[in-house]
Amino acid sequence: MSKSHDHPENLPQALRAEALETLLIEKGLLVASAVDAVITRYSERVGPMNGARIVARAWVDPEFRQWLLEDGTAAIDQFDLEGGQVEKLVVVANSAQIHNVVVCTLCSCYPWAILGLPPTWYKDPAYRSRIVREPRTVLHEMGLELESGMQIRVWDSSAEVRYMVLPEQPLDSAGMTEAELAERVSRDAMIGVVR
Amino acid sequence: MDGIHDLGGKHGHGEVDYEAPGTVFHARWEATVFAMVNAGARAGAWNNFDRFRHAVERIDPVAYLVHGYYGRWLGGLETLLVEAGLITTAEIEQRLARVSQPRPSGHNERVAARPKARPDPMGPPPQMAGSQRGMANPPKFKVGDRVATATEVLGGHTRLPAYARGKAGVIAAVHGGWVYPDDNAHGRGENPCYLYTVTFEGVELWPGGDPLMTVSLDLFEPYLNHVAWPANDAQDAQELK
Repeated sequence: MSKSHDHPENLPQALRAEALETLLIEKGLLVASAVDAVITRYSERVGPMNGARIVARAWVDPEFRQWLLEDGTAAIDQFDLEGGQVEKLVVVANSAQIHNVVVCTLCSCYPWAILGLPPTWYKDPAYRSRIVREPRTVLHEMGLELESGMQIRVWDSSAEVRYMVLPEQPLDSAGMTEAELAERVSRDAMIGVVR
Repeated sequence: MDGIHDLGGKHGHGEVDYEAPGTVFHARWEATVFAMVNAGARAGAWNNFDRFRHAVERIDPVAYLVHGYYGRWLGGLETLLVEAGLITTAEIEQRLARVSQPRPSGHNERVAARPKARPDPMGPPPQMAGSQRGMANPPKFKVGDRVATATEVLGGHTRLPAYARGKAGVIAAVHGGWVYPDDNAHGRGENPCYLYTVTFEGVELWPGGDPLMTVSLDLFEPYLNHVAWPANDAQDAQELK
């Protein structure tokens, strides 16, 4: 919730992290270059581009779409994902009547293997406290206008099941290839804070 | 545990401070904390996510709100390393005092995290065993059953948030057997039990709640009890089934 705009390397927790890092290296419990490996993994290989491939497949392949909605865990097996945090996946589909949005109020559970590491706002108190109580207002503040009759389904990830929203295919994307469609899928649409 | 982490429905946290996709780590120390949490698992300081989550819940409540996600992880990790006897609080505080000393210009010009393609020299962290377990007994509830959640929880780790206690909802999915976090976080055994998705109407959860919203949570069987449908809903319930 840090509203201050101190340089992130000068925060007290940055110094605490440095203190612990040097201690763990001295004790032989950490190798300094393990940090680079984490950055590489979650910047280049594990991220929302993986979820986007799954959504694009569902848009072009109705049988895959049905499988994904019935048994998300089995359906994504072919995508060769790494990154953890998805022991069971439930995919929920948006429609003209229903909008889905995902949260974890108790911590910050998120489908890492599909969407990468969660954005800061997803982990902050404002989103976690309000999206289960006044989702329409929060989504409005985040720039998403829902029709007044739209049902909102909020999914609070309170156990090890992980959730992903299957957005509706944009009307202007008809005829695009699967790879082109994947470029159109945003992280935020798979969380449910944009359409 | 009714800790600061249990944020669902709380007031006063302001507007969402949205940030567009693109930045994974905002500073190198965040990735350092991530790598240290993996290292902590390798060293045996923690061996399941329930234990890790509970350690995060136990950090200083002010720090929980202001130190951000990786600051919370760091606090939880320090606790686990100390509890495992791998490090002492005094060692951490002494080292903190040392790294907090002013340093010559140029020494502490740390740059924001940037990827450097390099394999993890320590290999992947040890695989957590996963949390799904086979069950000998059948589930107590089926899809469409109306259930009420427990009104109180004990002091330790739980995955029944305060806002969903003492509320009535409907079983939307049965997920089979899973390790029970309320016991596993405290080393009392896995004691697997059935997990259900339970869907609550907004008007059940919140005074003046949005009639067009539902909230669904994944709740463990010990949190739930059968409850009758109100008379005017009984017919709807029959049709649902």
